[in-house]
Amino acid sequence: MEKHLLRITVNEQEYELYINPKSLLVEVIRDHLGFTGTKRGCESVSCGACTVMIDGMAVKSCSVLAMQVDGMNVTTSEGLEEKGQLHPIQKAFLDHGAYQCGFCTSGMLMSSKAFLDENPNPTTHEIREGIEGNLCRCTGYNSIVRALDAVAKGNYREDKA
Amino acid sequence: MKYNVINTHVHNIDGIEKVTGRATYTFDVKIPGMLYGKILRSPHPHARIVNIDSSKAIELMGVKAVVTGKDTLGVKQGIWRRYSELCDEQILPLEKVRYIGEPVAAVAAVTEEIAEQALDLIEVDYEVLPAVYEPMEAIKKGAPEVHEGVERNINVTRHIEWGDVEEAFENSDYIREDWFKCSGQAHMCMETRCAVASYTPDGKLTVWTSTQSPYYIQGLLSGVLGLRESDIRVIAHYVGGGFGGKFELDAAQFCSSVLSMKLSKPVKIVFSREEDFIATKRRTPMFYYVRTGVKKDGTFMARETRVFTDGGAYTGMGATALYLTGFFHSFPYKWAGYRYDGFRVYTNTLPSTSMRGFGAPQGMFCSETQIDLIARDLGIDRVEIRRKNAHTPNYEVPGQATIASCGLTECLDKIEEWIKSRGKLPPNRGIGISSYGFMSGGIFNWFDSPYSFSSAVVTINYDGKVDLHVGCQEIGQGSNTTMAIICAEELGVRIEDIRVHSGDTAECPPDLGAWGSRQTLMAGNATKMAAADAKRQLLEFATAKIKPNIVYDLDIKDRWVHLVARPERGLDYFEVVKDALRGKGGQRIVGRGFYTPHRKGMISPAYSYGVQALEIEVDPETGKIKLVNCVTAHDCGQPINPLGLHGQLEGAISMAAGYGFLEDMPMEDGKIMNPNLVDYKIIRATEMPETEVFEIDTYEPEGPFGAKEAGEGLTNPTAAALGNALFDALGISVKQLPITPEKVLNALREKKLEDNK
Repeated sequence: MEKHLLRITVNEQEYELYINPKSLLVEVIRDHLGFTGTKRGCESVSCGACTVMIDGMAVKSCSVLAMQVDGMNVTTSEGLEEKGQLHPIQKAFLDHGAYQCGFCTSGMLMSSKAFLDENPNPTTHEIREGIEGNLCRCTGYNSIVRALDAVAKGNYREDKA
Repeated sequence: MKYNVINTHVHNIDGIEKVTGRATYTFDVKIPGMLYGKILRSPHPHARIVNIDSSKAIELMGVKAVVTGKDTLGVKQGIWRRYSELCDEQILPLEKVRYIGEPVAAVAAVTEEIAEQALDLIEVDYEVLPAVYEPMEAIKKGAPEVHEGVERNINVTRHIEWGDVEEAFENSDYIREDWFKCSGQAHMCMETRCAVASYTPDGKLTVWTSTQSPYYIQGLLSGVLGLRESDIRVIAHYVGGGFGGKFELDAAQFCSSVLSMKLSKPVKIVFSREEDFIATKRRTPMFYYVRTGVKKDGTFMARETRVFTDGGAYTGMGATALYLTGFFHSFPYKWAGYRYDGFRVYTNTLPSTSMRGFGAPQGMFCSETQIDLIARDLGIDRVEIRRKNAHTPNYEVPGQATIASCGLTECLDKIEEWIKSRGKLPPNRGIGISSYGFMSGGIFNWFDSPYSFSSAVVTINYDGKVDLHVGCQEIGQGSNTTMAIICAEELGVRIEDIRVHSGDTAECPPDLGAWGSRQTLMAGNATKMAAADAKRQLLEFATAKIKPNIVYDLDIKDRWVHLVARPERGLDYFEVVKDALRGKGGQRIVGRGFYTPHRKGMISPAYSYGVQALEIEVDPETGKIKLVNCVTAHDCGQPINPLGLHGQLEGAISMAAGYGFLEDMPMEDGKIMNPNLVDYKIIRATEMPETEVFEIDTYEPEGPFGAKEAGEGLTNPTAAALGNALFDALGISVKQLPITPEKVLNALREKKLEDNK
């Protein structure tokens, strides 16, 4: 199959690569670029483990072809921290124990980031709706809701233990 | 007791890796030269394998190997290694397939796509056999035989009895009989089963895999591959969930190993979500017949229970689930006479096994639902009837279990208070309650491990940093953090002084792994003992230096080595470590600990207790249930990690409520009809109720710092509480899980007919 040229920015780094035009974005992110923080948990666009941000919007990266985001900006969980400093959402996730096995966490973080960017002062019900597309089998979600509420209100502990 | 680390706010020690995408799961493992494997699965529920022709598949460009049962040693394996008749599963069967989705061949190729294409080129001749799908059919004379020579397809039977059951029934004023049906449930770990196996020409095999017990997988692989146990290294640093479904040998582990041994190249197999649904194992579906006799005042006298479970095609952990469901069905109440007979029946369906709660959620759903019906029939308050019969500290379940700590009565008081605080509920709302309890690790060794159940090694380096090696397995439940806390507390240092090593059989001591709620108590005791051993060595040097009166004790708290009686007199921990290490000829300080329960009854060294109340709102027009509030009074002894504990509690509620009203695995002719996350519903964020927990502190003498289990038992009450909330709201009792809108509407219709009579 003829390979197509994809120009894509992931976590503020520009990449040019030749790919099978049928490749999904999640495959390019994980298999070609090695950002394995982004996970896959289904084949039916149901679980949200592969959620990334494309030009600021939360998108399940198994639901788009990589060629569809040609020229766009993608952020994965690896792109949240800056110069070794965790993003407030990451800090709040730590402080509230908003993860257990961690497999859904990267996708959950990206849905959370896109949601809070758009709605910085949400009600807890709005938070629940904001992460409804992401499945978590471990936490029962409430710790995630508390973490995001804490981010919105700025009251989470920054210390590491 | 005042602790420095225990019961304080501690972030999970592997949290940074998990919230930054750095944690590498088996799903992410990629090593040079790695091939990709795929598994060909049976489309038939029951068929003889006549011939497998893989000649076309092997010719496809990029395909490196195809293996079938003939390429294996043909070992029938199972986790109940002590009992050969229960080792009944050849992962690539030689003779016949027994369920839809059973592996028949595996391919390794340079890409996953090519491996998948190759599956279509493998030709399998099957002789289709008559199949049986329901345990009540399979147990009949003349039903198709799932395993040759197993009479009436009865795989395992279990009998539990104490007291004079007949006499206890005779002394009862009221007897009630009910039938219940409990459904299956998928573990639905976010990370599907996967493995990367790498066999090298020196005869050694390394397997990265998503497992709850690296040691079990090492032992089981040794048995099926004919390799020396210690030549197999199993690595599981990060595991994307387990819930009871990942401690038996699975086809990803086995097939990748067989392919790798054939090719001497690494092979990776990742199950698709569909494969994870149709071809792993599931919570055991159960039919329960319960006959209970009580006194007029609500005193429980006698119970007689018969259970038929759908075992599916193989034993798995089903034999244990069959025992535990029978025992915990009696729990947490006192019975003058109790008799349980369980029958695990083979069918041509997906095998069933352990899942969080290990049979207890089924047993307690039936028990707690019936208790509410009995309370109504006798006009007794539902909390009162439970309080009257509740386990109490130091109670002995005759011939079965010795209870030490038990805070059940306090839990009932707390929940009663909460219900009262809710006042009169709006229409169509109801609160249901359920008591529960669970074991803190099993006293079973059907695996025939010659090792201690748990072991730990504490090593103190020159700079005071502590390396803690444990075999217990982190699967997201936070065991690494729990062990770090216990180690830091016992040794008298801070959490950041501890580095935990787990999930690697080459580095860590053997441990039975993460199942049966065993790690806090068993691995916790081993860790505490290892830390105490290391501390004792430090104190030898500190004592020599401080030269206290012989009657004085030394201890370490928060990096301060001091006289217990005069805490201000002491030495810096780091200085003591340096001196001690020099004094040992430059050797690091090493402490060892181990734990195996002895003389603690048949089941477990300790039991958690609790009561849960669930408030729901039900729409009588649609039958739809909304979860409003879930409040739990919980006795887990001394809490170790409050953040982790709360997380376990909420996670258990989401999984157990899902079992109560959403999750199901309907089948037609042995085929699962919803093997994907569109049709298999688990709770989403908007469906989760508000939660609150009351910690009832007790001290468990057998547990480390008085702790007992806190993760699995919480899965036991929620389905029952949900059913009882429906009973409270609308006066209807649904005796089949899950309680779907359709069943609610049917029950309402029946009630209307009944009321009109």
